[in-house]
Amino acid sequence: MADSADLYRTVRLIRRFEQRAIEMVRAGVIPGGIHPYIGEEAIAAGVCAALRPDDLITSTHRGHGHVLAKGADPVRMLAELAGRQTGLNRGRGGSMHAADVSAGICGANAIVGASAAIAAGAAWSHQRAGHDRVAVTFFGDGAVNQGVLLETLNLASLRRLPVIFVCENNEFATSMRVRDTTAGTITGRAAAFGIPAQTIDGMDPETVLAAAARAVDRGRAGDGPTFLECLTYRFDAHHTWEYSVRPRYRTEEEVAAGSARDPMAIQAARVPAAARARIDDEIEELLDQARRFVDESPEPDPSGALDYLYADGLRGRTGTA
Amino acid sequence: MPILSYLRALNRALAAEMERDPAVCVFGEDIGIAVSNVTTGLLKRFGPERIIDMPISEQAFTSFATGAAMSGSRPVVEFQIPALLFLVFEQIANQAHKFSLMTGGQVKVPVTYLLPSSGSRVGWAGQHSDHPYSLFAHVGVKTVVPATPTDAYGLLVSAIRDDDPVIVFGPAGAIAHRENVDFDTLAPVPLGVSRIHRPGSDVTVVAIGHLVHDALAVAEELAGTISVEVFDPRTLYPFDWAGLHASLERTGRLVVVDDSNRTCGFGGEVLATAAEEMRLVAPPKRVTRPDGAVLPFARELDLALQPTRSQVRAAIEAVAKDR
Repeated sequence: MADSADLYRTVRLIRRFEQRAIEMVRAGVIPGGIHPYIGEEAIAAGVCAALRPDDLITSTHRGHGHVLAKGADPVRMLAELAGRQTGLNRGRGGSMHAADVSAGICGANAIVGASAAIAAGAAWSHQRAGHDRVAVTFFGDGAVNQGVLLETLNLASLRRLPVIFVCENNEFATSMRVRDTTAGTITGRAAAFGIPAQTIDGMDPETVLAAAARAVDRGRAGDGPTFLECLTYRFDAHHTWEYSVRPRYRTEEEVAAGSARDPMAIQAARVPAAARARIDDEIEELLDQARRFVDESPEPDPSGALDYLYADGLRGRTGTA
Repeated sequence: MPILSYLRALNRALAAEMERDPAVCVFGEDIGIAVSNVTTGLLKRFGPERIIDMPISEQAFTSFATGAAMSGSRPVVEFQIPALLFLVFEQIANQAHKFSLMTGGQVKVPVTYLLPSSGSRVGWAGQHSDHPYSLFAHVGVKTVVPATPTDAYGLLVSAIRDDDPVIVFGPAGAIAHRENVDFDTLAPVPLGVSRIHRPGSDVTVVAIGHLVHDALAVAEELAGTISVEVFDPRTLYPFDWAGLHASLERTGRLVVVDDSNRTCGFGGEVLATAAEEMRLVAPPKRVTRPDGAVLPFARELDLALQPTRSQVRAAIEAVAKDR
């Protein structure tokens, strides 16, 4: 089981990765922008610390934290965001589709709520093959009103699948507040399908880890899915376009209040200063290396723009013949 | 020789592949009782862990199949009603189809979507009568529309063995078709290979699905006056352009019969490609559903929107008139 320093390392890595990625968006090195995970790191760190390397996750448009916490190489992850041939997805996926299947990461997904059913199907297939793997699907509060997610809660409960539904309730679906979009309660949706559901402090990595570990045990034991609503707050923009568009859906005072409890500070307080400094240095060194790797990596060859479209290498006609 | 019906051919293909490969499983609604007559006997033979009745949650079970396919299974997803494909277009076109490219080739998604009765069944009205194969060919999902029982068998087997998503449209208008066939000769039919059902030298008729049988009937009516070659693409994506090219080298005249709405229907793609790249000695024609067709309920109204044999005959005569 992960110790306090491990959790701190993951939270810190995600935080600093995101801050550097934002700089690279501003510098034009990362095209298209990103959805920063800053403020929500405790959830990815805590949940993934409860998983084995062969367990699975599916993620969201705000997926960098999940992908890093599950064990993808931060260096190749950063190269993916920059659209380089050396990236996790060979530059074909980018921020919203980063995946490392060898690390059990079945992809971030750009359609809200879409990946839960994929996680459930993967969990079923592994269960059928006799494995005791569990699958975690991360999603935000905005996804709880998406039909396919609710359908999946039913299906997972019906078939007692080892799926852990992790709702990151950061209070906003882009600009829309939970209270303006969501009738009833979030956990009530899971309860309606007979899935044990719990609302937890999503700012404390160790609280998240403890809850996730119980959910994982349930899944491995064949007792079915669990639903965790993790209360958190998005410290930064929904997407980096906010830096130029400046939509006004929350005040600076509100953001300051919501950011007062910081998962990185919470976890830092549990790690001796000397150990923390070592971890911080290691992370900076790693991210320096990642940045150099991006700069040294080739951009993909345009002639391969449709490589990997078909597993068998099928080539359709070009746009001119 | 024994008689093979279209649905029995699909059933035999499923059973053969399930026997051959334990990864193959079937998801759908009412498949335990085989309400579409495609999964008959399979629940008893292969059990409820491989023949899985799903809740009426098409979007969830379609993506469930994607996840299962990424994780070692080889699911076949049956949809009783073609319009359900509109409901799951996200899950097929935007999820399953895109995973291979978006992950840079890290995953394969070997799923087969099976429509045992697509197109008009007359009397099933607006929301049960679509035949939406053109949409899937457009987005690049491998798309097959078998016209005969032996091709239904062979193409479904190939679809299941394929490592990409493949959609198999069994046209309602072909379901009643039967063939005398030695079951031992049933074999996989490769995707992307057309079939010439009847050779001819004056006009190539590209007919899709059940319309192959109408084209053959019209070709027979015209025998002695116009020599019609009936070209069945069998797979719409990838399409056998080389086969069509060879046929038009012989005939130079083209009619396409396509049970799609006219605008952006598959027939338009065939005409455009022939016009750009192939030998045509007369302006080609297509026979389709009308623009924007929604099939009305009453029999006369429904049939009024289907391609008919007389329309096919008129189109052939028009393209052949200046011989």
